[in-house]
Amino acid sequence: MSLKVLTYLVVGASFALYIGIAIWSRAHNTRDFYIAGKGVSPIANGMATAADWMSAASFISMAGLIAFLGYDGSVYLMGWTGGYVLLALFLAPYLRKFGKFTVPEFIAERYYSKTARIVAVICLIFVSFTYVAGQMRGVGIVFSRFLEVEVTVGLIIGMGIVFVYAVLGGMKGITYTQVAQYCVLIFAYTVPAIFIAIQITGNAVPQLAFGSEIAGSGVSLLDRLDGIVTALGFTQYTSGEKSTIDIFCITLALMVGTAGLPHVIVRFFTVPKVRDARASAGYALLFIAILYTTAPAVGAMARYNLLNTIQPGEIGAVDGNLVFEDRPDWMHTWEQTGLVAFDDKNGDGRIQYYNDQNPDFEATAASYGWQGNELSVDRDIMVLANPEIAGLPDWVIALVAAGGIAAALSTAAGLLLVISAAVSHDLIKGIFVPGISEKGELRAGRIAAAVAIMIAGYLGFDPPGWVAQVVAFAFGLAAASLFPAILLGIFYKRMNKEGAIAGMITGLLFTYGYIEFFKGLFLKWAGAPWGENVAANWLFGISPEGIGVVGMLLNFTVALLVSSMTSPPPEHIQHLVEHIRVPRALEE
Amino acid sequence: MTPENRAAYWQANLRLVFGCMIVWFLCSYGFGVLLVDELNAIRIGGFKLGFWFAQQGSIYVFVILIFFYAWRMNSLDQKHDVHED
Repeated sequence: MSLKVLTYLVVGASFALYIGIAIWSRAHNTRDFYIAGKGVSPIANGMATAADWMSAASFISMAGLIAFLGYDGSVYLMGWTGGYVLLALFLAPYLRKFGKFTVPEFIAERYYSKTARIVAVICLIFVSFTYVAGQMRGVGIVFSRFLEVEVTVGLIIGMGIVFVYAVLGGMKGITYTQVAQYCVLIFAYTVPAIFIAIQITGNAVPQLAFGSEIAGSGVSLLDRLDGIVTALGFTQYTSGEKSTIDIFCITLALMVGTAGLPHVIVRFFTVPKVRDARASAGYALLFIAILYTTAPAVGAMARYNLLNTIQPGEIGAVDGNLVFEDRPDWMHTWEQTGLVAFDDKNGDGRIQYYNDQNPDFEATAASYGWQGNELSVDRDIMVLANPEIAGLPDWVIALVAAGGIAAALSTAAGLLLVISAAVSHDLIKGIFVPGISEKGELRAGRIAAAVAIMIAGYLGFDPPGWVAQVVAFAFGLAAASLFPAILLGIFYKRMNKEGAIAGMITGLLFTYGYIEFFKGLFLKWAGAPWGENVAANWLFGISPEGIGVVGMLLNFTVALLVSSMTSPPPEHIQHLVEHIRVPRALEE
Repeated sequence: MTPENRAAYWQANLRLVFGCMIVWFLCSYGFGVLLVDELNAIRIGGFKLGFWFAQQGSIYVFVILIFFYAWRMNSLDQKHDVHED
């Protein structure tokens, strides 16, 4: 059976499974549609949260990013896991106790204000659409490579599948599909990692192989990597280039952003009790950690495999580099997608891969007769190409394709659901048509989900950057807008609506403006980005990825200042805060 | 469930959260970022310790921390008689 047929079979089977689950668990009322009837067990919710939240960026891009960034890639590892501690300790149990349907609904009641609700909806839509654009690009990459269809066709297929189970099943359908998607994606991620770990070190546990010796060499994988990359002019693998303040801020922005992502927060509305919400956060992180502790091992092994392929002999020796005509099959396949490219600058018919941006290495490279780096490899393909690089069987490659699609679809569905809930529950029911019937609201929710899918698909055609980076911005925006408002709402009784609204607007505008200025997000047509994205131009040396931290601090500062100058919240709001702080219902 | 009772519960909760936050900060920002160069002088198997904390250790600590918090909070709920049902 050819790889293509096998891939169609595996991916097709996974789609059939998702649609089957969606039909079995379809939503009958708004409670099912928004919060799965509050009947999800903590472990199932943990799995669903893990799939919801591990996106195309985690699955496809992260290990590749780490492979090229080395230590600097740690920001994603710590940032995208540490946020669950914040979520578990500061938000999840209290929002579960509040016990309503959406994040803007909490903001609206806590801050007794429709304006606050609208601002929260705007923040939510901003964050979620930025994020969903990254997912759609992930779907496009996977489809175009593995199913050999046009990216456009791939996007439409992906949109169609999400449409079926998100529109039909709502939160209930999404939850149980996500449980299945978690199983598919974690299996697809760990199986190749285990194979590669055995090949390189003889140790089957990737987390341990990461710190083991390369089989038969007596040198540890990381030491060997440090040795090769520095000999090719790159920074040491185990130390980075980014400044400490930038590492610090990016990690913090990702952590706080994780805790502030609406599609993650609402997952904790679906469990039966407060204590389930606490436990569920632990399970979610445990399931996430399985992938997140494997990813850096995959990254290091992928980098090692790539360097070994290109540089089989001694560095600098005439015959030390791979002869172009002898390049392995996986390079042929990926060349067709344009994600791997080779340019024989010195005309020797061999591939030289090194850091030609390093001035200290120029003389050495010249003495080898190298005239520039000749190979460009897109970081996003490292996980997808990994099984081929390691020469694993075809079924593993097919599985990775299904896993990548599962990761992208599960996250896209979760995001689309919070967008549709924000429109149908917060805008339509909450503000414009309070008298709408339950049936009408459910229909509005389904229509909103359908429209959101179309917009997301459109964003997927012209995404504002590569997957992990686009997603990183969504975290910055969430950190700067929603997180402070929710946190203060629970932990600071005196916080009032004026403060919360001013804080959210400040945080969102500042962070969005900074990112748009340096990276260009939605205003490319108007000439964005306007500033050159280099460290010398950054505020306090903080990159756009880390600026959410400054936005968050601004949000807190403005919120506290404004609320101290305006009147305290009414009595019944103080009572509401008392109520969400304890698990048991207050008798009175 | 008296107001004093609830206040004591909330204080105990804040103390627990504060303690957890210190551990959270130390194992990620402390060992993995601020002190990474110092810790990298120490080796555990093939790992430099600071690098290990940044890419592995911090994540393990986070998982343990949440389960620890959930366990402690559940017993605080009981102790202060604010648990569900």
